[in-house]
Amino acid sequence: MTEAPVRLEKIAKRYGAVTALEDVDLTIEPGEFMALAGHNGAGKTTLFKIILGLVRPSSGTVSVFGAPPHSKRAVGLRSAIGFLPENVTFAGNLTGIELLRYYARLKRVPLGQCTDLLEQVGLGDAGRRRVKTYSKGMRQRLGLAQMLLGEPKLLVLDEPTSGLDPDARRQFRSLIEERRQAGATILLSSHALVDFEEAADRITFLREGRMVACGTIDELRRASALPVRIRVKAGPDAHAALAKAVGDMAEVRPVNGQSVELFCAPDKHVAILRRVGALEAVDTVEVRPPHLEDIYAHYRGPDHGDGARDGAGDIESDGRTRP
Amino acid sequence: MNAVVTIAGREIREGVRNRWVLATTLVLAALALTLAFLGSTPAGTVKASALAVTVVSLSSLSIFLLPLIALILTFDGIAGEAERGTLLLLLSYPVARWQIVLGKFLGHTAILAFATLVGYGATGLVVGLTQESGAGGWAPYLAMVGSSILLGAAFAAVGTLVSAVARERAVAGGLGIGLWLFFVIVFDMALLGILAADTNQTIGSATVPWLLMLNPADIYRFFNLASFGDVSTFAGLAGLSESVRIAPPAMLGALVVWIVAPLGLAALAFQRRSL
Repeated sequence: MTEAPVRLEKIAKRYGAVTALEDVDLTIEPGEFMALAGHNGAGKTTLFKIILGLVRPSSGTVSVFGAPPHSKRAVGLRSAIGFLPENVTFAGNLTGIELLRYYARLKRVPLGQCTDLLEQVGLGDAGRRRVKTYSKGMRQRLGLAQMLLGEPKLLVLDEPTSGLDPDARRQFRSLIEERRQAGATILLSSHALVDFEEAADRITFLREGRMVACGTIDELRRASALPVRIRVKAGPDAHAALAKAVGDMAEVRPVNGQSVELFCAPDKHVAILRRVGALEAVDTVEVRPPHLEDIYAHYRGPDHGDGARDGAGDIESDGRTRP
Repeated sequence: MNAVVTIAGREIREGVRNRWVLATTLVLAALALTLAFLGSTPAGTVKASALAVTVVSLSSLSIFLLPLIALILTFDGIAGEAERGTLLLLLSYPVARWQIVLGKFLGHTAILAFATLVGYGATGLVVGLTQESGAGGWAPYLAMVGSSILLGAAFAAVGTLVSAVARERAVAGGLGIGLWLFFVIVFDMALLGILAADTNQTIGSATVPWLLMLNPADIYRFFNLASFGDVSTFAGLAGLSESVRIAPPAMLGALVVWIVAPLGLAALAFQRRSL
């Protein structure tokens, strides 16, 4: 069973004149954690729907656990998939535990799991309350619980942490990490990239329905050619010496009287540190490689650059290289 | 098939919990009892049994009420889940789309059937046991209760179809009310108008009963008012000549078609719907 849980080849999806997805090639290996990033409308949800067999692609082939997801055979295979949709609103007069049991029956999972799962997601006491009284965070937790029913081999999560408080987000991450330790494959989309920067094996950036980048965080950092930022604390009189020491290896930008920021290519930063470190006037040195947020801002393009973090906006002209 | 039962079971449980079952049963029982006692006064003068009188008044009421209840109960079934985002979730489960359609329909129909059976059944018992009534009165009454359930099911099927095709909950609700108006009020008036204008030239009197088969509410009316001699006397339909009669089993068959066809269409439309 080395069949890739998800394999997409040359996927395109058009709604009339609107192109939601174009030329998407993506293979997710067993046990891999793939994060999907892109602004709203970039095609993330459409991609999920295709993988779940809710929407047929206009062209290209999809296979999930070796079968096309909209085929008859795939209906049975869905027991191995856990899905958490974006903005799911459980409503009605059933209690949390009743609703979870309903989903367990549909998935043909032993009902005994339900109580434990509710406990795990922090809804132990609320399980006997009616779902319509739940807050957004509680509904999201219930969504997480139903996703984990039957220990699925593939988890698909659409914006799982949106609208959650930091505590719940941490709990969320650890539950997903637990499943991953157990060997589950994970496909997740999120705006809160920081949440998954370290956990994700690979990250895919979607922009206007196209994959603009896909790779590990290191690969993406290199490909984006975003500068490493070095913040040096030193008195104003040392600034000239600093500029002279780094020469043309880095761009020097004073922050305030006490600090200077150096922007340099990733492969240069060690050499620069050596020179900066040799200067007597230097107080502290802080190195910050580009965060996922910066890379994301870089790939989503200048037209969405309003949220770009400092240090990323000025390299936009560098072009979009694919790894 | 297991999934169908699970989905139907959830609808029933939800119906019990939000008191739909209780409310519907009470409304049907209260109206049936009221009609039974109000209507039983003149029974002696026309020599119709009390139960037969009740059949006439109650079936006339059911024609308005049952389709309305059925449509209100069902329009939200799939459209509502689509709007809340739970439909997407449900479809990611090992459940076929037709199972969702069938499960929702069966759950809602079970609620309707229960309410009809208890509400009308209790009335039947009260009337049958307290008033002078020949044994012959029971057959039309039981047939009325049974066909009421079929009528409810037919409109539940129509409502499920609406819910499966509508893009939004509000649209489904509007369509449901529109269909109710059409089948319960507009259809008969339109038919009457056409017949009056036609003055028996192209549409013969033998055709009319068949035209009524195009409307489940009319099938129900026709079945209950013309099938049993005792009832049709009281309903004023005794003059209806044999030639324009349709055999009662055929009418029941037509009602069943009105259940199966919309349901099949709903499954088909839902299968093709892209979400």
